[in-house]
Amino acid sequence: MSKIPFPSPPLDSDEVLALRSEFRAFLDQQLGHRTPRQRSDNWYGFSREFSLAMGQAGYLGMTWPKQYGGHERSAYERYVIVEESLAFGAPVGAHWIADRQSGPSIIKFGTDEQKETILPRIAKGELAFGIGMSEPDSGSDLAATRTKAVRDGDVYRVTGTKVWTSFAHEADYVILFCRTSGTPADRHMGTSQLLVDLKNTPGLTIRPIIDLAGQHHFNEMHFEDAIVPAKNLLGQEGDGWNQVMSELAFERSGPERFLSSIELMYQLIEMLKGREDDAAMATIGRLTAQLAVLRRLSRSVAAMLQNKQDAGLQASIVKDVGAVWEQTLPDFARQLVDAEADPRSQAAYAGVLANIVHNAPSWSLRGGTREILRGIIARGLGTR
Amino acid sequence: MLAEMIQRLFERSLDDAAQAQAREGQWNAPLWAEVEEMGLPLALLSEEQGGFGLSAAEQGEALRLLGSLAVPLPVAETMGANRLLAKAGLPLAEGPAGLARANHLTLEGGILKGRVERVAWGENLDCLVLAVGDTLYRVPRSGWSLAEAGTALNFHPRPALEIAWEADALAPAPHCPLAEGATLRAFQIAGALEAALDMTLEHTATRVQFGKPLQKNQVVQHELAKLAGELACATAAADLAAEALERGDALGVAAGSLRAREAAGNGAGIATQMHGAIGFTREHALHLYTTALWTWRDEFGGQVHWATMLGRPAVAAGGEGYWPMVTAL
Repeated sequence: MSKIPFPSPPLDSDEVLALRSEFRAFLDQQLGHRTPRQRSDNWYGFSREFSLAMGQAGYLGMTWPKQYGGHERSAYERYVIVEESLAFGAPVGAHWIADRQSGPSIIKFGTDEQKETILPRIAKGELAFGIGMSEPDSGSDLAATRTKAVRDGDVYRVTGTKVWTSFAHEADYVILFCRTSGTPADRHMGTSQLLVDLKNTPGLTIRPIIDLAGQHHFNEMHFEDAIVPAKNLLGQEGDGWNQVMSELAFERSGPERFLSSIELMYQLIEMLKGREDDAAMATIGRLTAQLAVLRRLSRSVAAMLQNKQDAGLQASIVKDVGAVWEQTLPDFARQLVDAEADPRSQAAYAGVLANIVHNAPSWSLRGGTREILRGIIARGLGTR
Repeated sequence: MLAEMIQRLFERSLDDAAQAQAREGQWNAPLWAEVEEMGLPLALLSEEQGGFGLSAAEQGEALRLLGSLAVPLPVAETMGANRLLAKAGLPLAEGPAGLARANHLTLEGGILKGRVERVAWGENLDCLVLAVGDTLYRVPRSGWSLAEAGTALNFHPRPALEIAWEADALAPAPHCPLAEGATLRAFQIAGALEAALDMTLEHTATRVQFGKPLQKNQVVQHELAKLAGELACATAAADLAAEALERGDALGVAAGSLRAREAAGNGAGIATQMHGAIGFTREHALHLYTTALWTWRDEFGGQVHWATMLGRPAVAAGGEGYWPMVTAL
């Protein structure tokens, strides 16, 4: 029926409260010097140094088996680390995708050798991953993927183009979604995933795609008869569609789906301090209530994942509602504070506002567009 | 199990005629007698307090049902009044009860006096649980008279009452009746949204236009998805408010009740639009829910009350203190 249950999330135990405050102190010590403008980069900030420190302190691979460098802690404890990182505007880019989706995919589908060589290095913060899904003619319609990998003895020969690959110019690996048999007309059939070493793949060229903010996060990866060792096949040949859907479930469930603009909320509040304005206080109250409820829904998804429940539908709702929150925040700010945004300004408010306005449009596109998510939710309600 | 009993009771005894009577302001005494017989007024009490000892999840389910069945009686208020009375160590309500904060009331020579605005079914209650400042009063029916009639958006009575009562049942208030009432309303809102979503799914599956069910249109599907999002938020908001009420955190109650109120308006709007003109009539049951949603979202402290209550400390916390405040909600 219509009910899409969100179980009550666990209350913060003493252990979790301790982890939260220990981690807040860690962030403050590592990153306390960063400016509001830097913090507003949120999850698209990239720092190898910080990711190594995270690994060393045991905050990566939180839920993974110890034999692969993990820490066997709960999904909710990982959630605490993730949300505190985002709330602090930590530059998580060098471990974000690996810790969130690539590592878990390797745990689920990888060979022993892949697990042993890659997972411990992710947990140490040494390996950065990108996402190899979208193509020029295959965005939301992932099954239309054209990139082809042809088996040739001990290797695959890969030809095709991937786009929107965040940090491909910095990262070490991507998990490439490609076609190992048939044609795009075969849709889900004949697709596979390959682990591609970005630093060491003959025939691969990486070209920047500059976004409207003038920033270089995106890249185009062009494979021209590129050589990928056959042992880098992830999971089963031909099972790529199921695997990539499982990877997307990891991608859609987290608090990054509503915390991207949180630094603007802090700066807005700083601007409102000392103002006696009931309408402004009420707006902040409403936004805070919305945020608190999003957080509860998102923690509920974490609890479902901990219990190995399928949370795909719930995660889509959190991402859909969450993207509206983080995306409309600049409009609320503009109604309360008269200030022009300036992308090169060192002033906290003007610089942060500019960064958020520039980047906000992408938040209802990446990880599944608003339209795709609403289609998933509607299907979950039994329509079609 | 209680949920099944509630469902059965109202599906059996609450029909269109009964809803129409309630809209005329008529008290449904036979239905209330059934509510009492089932013991619903004690549903939020622990076993030691003489109640059912329900878990938080079971309490929430029962309260949501009062919304999803559009129950035209102050059942939720009576449950909440009894929760407050039991916590305060005062005698429980014997019949239907109301809840209000009434800080402007005066106590002179032992007589509690003043006017209490817009009490749900005020003339039909046996007992009124009032907080004046930090003191909780249990006012019996003989303690008030009708001051002025009033009507809610769902046409149920909301009279103003004139209190004049020799205050002999009072205790320190365990928590504010506004917080209690706002939490109850959040659950009722979630329940009503659940019913509204079910109806909207049903309508858009069966209503054919341009040769296909409405639901086959992507634009309709996306509105259904948004409605499901509002329902999810309202349900989580009610749970959040209830947990906060339990630990005595007024800001958590504010956050939960506020988000539920917002969902009430957003959800009612989508549901009506998706029904087309029939949703704007009394011929379709949707109106029971939309008018109730518009009623409940403004009761026990309106949106502005809760929004400023939460917004002020949020701003006072400053940029650095904001996130720790959010994680404590």
